[in-house]
Amino acid sequence: MLTDKEAKSRTESPRLSSTGIEHIAQLARIKLTEKEKDKFRKELSSILDYVKKLNELDTEKIEPLYQVTGIVNALRPDEYRKDFEMDKDLNEKLIGQAPQSENRFIKVKSVLKK
Amino acid sequence: MNEVNYTIRDIQEGLQKKSFSAEEIFSHYQKKIDKDNKKLNAYLSTFDLQPTTHNPQQSLAAVPCAIKDNILVDGTICTASSKILKNYVSAYDATVIKKLKSAGASFLGKTNMDEFAMGTSTENSAFGPTKNPHDLTRVPGGSSGGSAAAVAADLAVFALGSDTGGSIRQPAAFCGVVGLKPTYGRVSRHGLIAMASSLDQIGPLTKNVYDAASVLNILAGHDQFDSTTANKNIPDFTENLSKDIKGLKVGVPKEFFTAPSVASSRTPPKPSATEREGRGEGLSAEVEEKVRSTISKLEGLGCKIEEITLPNFEYALATYYMIVPSEISANLSRFDGIRYGHSAGSASMLIDTYFESRAEGFGQEPKRRIMLGAYALSSGYYDAYYLKAQKVRRLIKNDFDSAFEKVDIIVGPVSPTTAFKIGEKSSDPLALYLEDIYTVPVNLAGLPGISVPCGNGKDSGLPVGFQMIGRSFDEETLLRVAYQLEQGLKLT
Repeated sequence: MLTDKEAKSRTESPRLSSTGIEHIAQLARIKLTEKEKDKFRKELSSILDYVKKLNELDTEKIEPLYQVTGIVNALRPDEYRKDFEMDKDLNEKLIGQAPQSENRFIKVKSVLKK
Repeated sequence: MNEVNYTIRDIQEGLQKKSFSAEEIFSHYQKKIDKDNKKLNAYLSTFDLQPTTHNPQQSLAAVPCAIKDNILVDGTICTASSKILKNYVSAYDATVIKKLKSAGASFLGKTNMDEFAMGTSTENSAFGPTKNPHDLTRVPGGSSGGSAAAVAADLAVFALGSDTGGSIRQPAAFCGVVGLKPTYGRVSRHGLIAMASSLDQIGPLTKNVYDAASVLNILAGHDQFDSTTANKNIPDFTENLSKDIKGLKVGVPKEFFTAPSVASSRTPPKPSATEREGRGEGLSAEVEEKVRSTISKLEGLGCKIEEITLPNFEYALATYYMIVPSEISANLSRFDGIRYGHSAGSASMLIDTYFESRAEGFGQEPKRRIMLGAYALSSGYYDAYYLKAQKVRRLIKNDFDSAFEKVDIIVGPVSPTTAFKIGEKSSDPLALYLEDIYTVPVNLAGLPGISVPCGNGKDSGLPVGFQMIGRSFDEETLLRVAYQLEQGLKLT
């Protein structure tokens, strides 16, 4: 984990470069047009610039709060449940949603280049 | 059938007195929707009455309602107002839908929203904006704008919405109806299309506070399909609405009236549309006036008004706009063009299916937030952005915890302004984010919040919402104060 100071330095100048936005789009699995790259680069920079405001606060000794319920490890008995029993109808409802399917299977394009 | 703005109680009485049948009241609303939806675009799809036998003992017997289009109703299209789910058919009922069905409610249709609930104006819908019934040139708020407009125009008796940062309360305020966001964990999210899972909560939009309490009675409770739901006793929320509120302590955060604006804290400064109209930054004068006079009203009802402080209030919006995109980037990774939803026909390899389907299927705001989240969670930036925001989130929750040691409820505005013009803010994402400034802290802390109409602004003549925030899992007190305030405001 970075210290507050180290983390802060990462956000000093949140101006995204054009290769920066391409990297983010790659992570997000979204193909962008040239026009979109320019637009999102500016908009994301502006939002990150606003978020920089959080650095005014000293949070060195603060524990992060990921959720507010206080519930930890909600478990259930390891028993067979019949709530969603698979039959022909449910299979059709689920597999039938796939843009490409054959019988009971979902079809995808080739993973590796031929 | 007469032109009445029916509440849940009106429907119950009408059925008992045999003024109308279940079929008649449903077709009354269908006709209204046929007539008015073209101009409002509140509904994206409508249903026929499902043949059921209504038992008058059921609390929502034959009550026609509308459902936000990110909540699954088995066998029907659910789009979340996104092109990527244009033809998606729900494979099961959301838990809240199951509960409404058991209570006897009938479903009129699915309502418009900002795409995947990302927005504050319903302009981000892939299927066109919803119009505000009070002024068709203005937005209804968002993201549950279709639900709010449907209730305000009496195209439904009540509606369900979802609230991640104000998406029930703000449209309720803009449309002049009641909107309740329950405590996080009070209502199951099973079957709600996830945006930000640690903040999302389903709640009702209704014509009055009594109806909100009646619907919450049905929705609330632990669900084995949502492990974040609390295993707590559910009181009858309608039972104590009239119980005395004299001496109850009402906190008014001083920071609510000196709210910083996004425009002043970014570089370079750019005059916003509201500044050009001369209304200045932050809280508008007409909203402030109504909120202050409503606080006096509460004092008149015997509540003790106390100034309180939420020292980290000004950091809530920045915190929210780091946590939400991060959770979005994870939640929306399921839209891959393979298992369901839109798939790009042009893709030649699996990897292209992902890139092209998402490029074609998502609108601008989901793309913006997915990328922002991917960046905040990426190697080297996780600590600086995501973790930092989660730490500040704790500070914000601590502020509320301290405040609730002194007061029973907290009050203030819902939104800085009344409904704005369609197109007025849509070119500036940050200007739209500012709409959420009073509502997001409540979600970050997981607390219940309600918006109650408190009259119309003197400049715009449009509805103003009054926000009340309760202790965790104390919707009972929140609804009680809201109910008595509503009655008090009626008398003036």
